[in-house]
Amino acid sequence: MSLFRGRRILAGAMALIAASALAACGSKTSDNTSGTGVSADVSGDTVKVGLLNSLSGTMAISEVTVRDSIMLAVEEINAAGGVLGKKIVPVGEDGASDWPTFAEKAEKLISEDRVAAVFGCWTSASRKAVKPVFEKNKALLFYPVQYEGLEQSPYIFYTGATTNQQIVPGLDYLKAQGKKSVYLVGSDYVFPRTANKIIKAYAKANGMTVLGEDYAPLGSTEFGTIVNKVKSAKADAVFNTLNGDSNVAFFKEYTSAGLNAASMPVVSVSIAEEEVKGIGTQYLKDQLTAWNYYQTTPGGVNAKFVAAYKAKYGADKPTSDPMEAAYVAVYLWKAMVTKAGSFEVEKVRAAADGITYEAPEGLVTVDGPTQHIAKTARIGKVGADGLITEVWNSGQPIKPDPYLKSYPWATGLS
Amino acid sequence: MTVLFGQLFTGVSIGAVLLLVALGLALTFGQMNVINMAHGEFIMAGAYTTYVLQQTITSAGWSLLVALPVAFAVAGALGVLLEVLLIRRLYARPLDTLLVTWGVSLMLQQAARDVFGSPNVQTRAPALLTGNVSLPGGITVANNRLFILGLAVAAVVALTLALRLTPLGRRIRAVVQNRDLAAVSGIATARVDRTTFFVGSGLAGVAGVALTLLGPIGPTMGTNLIIDAFLVVVVGGIGQLKGSVIVAFALGVLQATGEYLTTLSVAKVIVFVAIVAFLQWRPQGLFTLRTRSLA
Repeated sequence: MSLFRGRRILAGAMALIAASALAACGSKTSDNTSGTGVSADVSGDTVKVGLLNSLSGTMAISEVTVRDSIMLAVEEINAAGGVLGKKIVPVGEDGASDWPTFAEKAEKLISEDRVAAVFGCWTSASRKAVKPVFEKNKALLFYPVQYEGLEQSPYIFYTGATTNQQIVPGLDYLKAQGKKSVYLVGSDYVFPRTANKIIKAYAKANGMTVLGEDYAPLGSTEFGTIVNKVKSAKADAVFNTLNGDSNVAFFKEYTSAGLNAASMPVVSVSIAEEEVKGIGTQYLKDQLTAWNYYQTTPGGVNAKFVAAYKAKYGADKPTSDPMEAAYVAVYLWKAMVTKAGSFEVEKVRAAADGITYEAPEGLVTVDGPTQHIAKTARIGKVGADGLITEVWNSGQPIKPDPYLKSYPWATGLS
Repeated sequence: MTVLFGQLFTGVSIGAVLLLVALGLALTFGQMNVINMAHGEFIMAGAYTTYVLQQTITSAGWSLLVALPVAFAVAGALGVLLEVLLIRRLYARPLDTLLVTWGVSLMLQQAARDVFGSPNVQTRAPALLTGNVSLPGGITVANNRLFILGLAVAAVVALTLALRLTPLGRRIRAVVQNRDLAAVSGIATARVDRTTFFVGSGLAGVAGVALTLLGPIGPTMGTNLIIDAFLVVVVGGIGQLKGSVIVAFALGVLQATGEYLTTLSVAKVIVFVAIVAFLQWRPQGLFTLRTRSLA
């Protein structure tokens, strides 16, 4: 057997792996010809809703928990009599962490299953891939994850935070703490890059300095150099928009470089309770996160939600912000349908404005014009038990402003 | 100056991680020419071994020390199992070996998911390894990086000595240089293959233990490493350990320097371009083994 033959084959295999990795990054969008819109099938005594999450692939870790909490809400609503007297029948599809698959499955849920609404998507890439599908078919998507803002589709309801409900309050908190300089570390894709654009504009207007900005490819686990740069920059704080496995490597490196929450606090926007478990509290102690909900958020509604979730899925399973936003999405849809007295998309949309719901995170209100929801911002601190406890909140729900129009420093960003 | 030294150390320690990950591969791929795509999953097996041991041995320090030999044995045993059941039947068919071991790697990933769940798990690092050492001039080097550097050097020295001085090492080298001649000289080549595979896979397990100090412990951790590991062995030259050692450290320093001067993404591009250019110039890699085999 020739040595070179083996190597050529190996090269081919590596090219294949690289190509499949690249394909996952690209996103195909379906053609945007305007269709007539498929109406939901509500003829029987049931109504179908679509659940579109990644149950396999790299995003499965996070998206399975969202699917679980949507199922919990559906079961609760069915036990309480359903929506407009009809029981909800969930139709699940696997987006497989692959954006074109998301678009395909969305089309299938709308046209074949004729669902009344779809709940799901996590990454912005998957949302951008399905957006034209929902717009073409005039169907509804409820998107439950915080994202980079600067988007507003008439057929998407955004139940996670937009930037002025998460990132801007995070910066306000740092400013109030007297932090004058920040270092930005993020994964190399649309959310961190957009978020950092906003952070830089905020810093410029608020007398803060951005001492550096570094991006790591998604999945990257080598942070020696970035931590070196952060350390020698001697910033007052780090704003972290890393996603996934990179967080584990970053915080391990950060800790062994002798940095900690006391010497240089890190504010993270993608680390929730589930991620804390995977990184280790040893490395995260007292570090900050910015979200709208924590498992420890006080209130009877949340106590009930946490208890119901643990009873169904296991006592060791934490609840997190995106899970809560997905759970709330189902209830908000129910409230909209009830108010509209119909499952028809246009009537549901027209009924949406001003709907309130006492959620685990507190009172949320649907903002009709933007189709986002008003949420309370919360800064939390990671405790030794792996849970996050609130150290600051915005006091009242913040009106969503996806294009940051009410912030003078943000002009020119969108 | 401080930053420069800090970066140099970062480069060397990236090299140490690369070396540790690639060392086992330098044996199984470099010496035996078996393309084992499941090598990354043996690394994962080593990392999960650390996790499991820490459930029973609660002291973080002891569990890490115990994990080193146990992970070696666990990953080695997985390797032997793979060799006996599949690879042995496919020695003359490299393309099939590649596909089969890739399939095995997917199965091992799913097995890890089923047993440990898909979210990452955490291990505690011993207090001794979470801090850092301050050198004069404000330079700090992380203890866990030093530990990994030490481990990588120890593994290379042990492997080199074993290959040079032990009867087993002589037999391995004989089989690599000329399999047929070794066989007619009375060496049981099949058994030598199995032992080589055990050691190579076992080293992946050791790398897995070390990586629990640095990165995530999850079902897909191996796939992130496998490409870099193959690159080190290919550029280093097949059939030689010293090539892999030099290339691992060179790539580490190149990566760290590139990253410092530009960004991580650009540094990756620089490294890949350098590798492509190098292989154009020396397609056989840094060092080649002169053999009398006709293949």
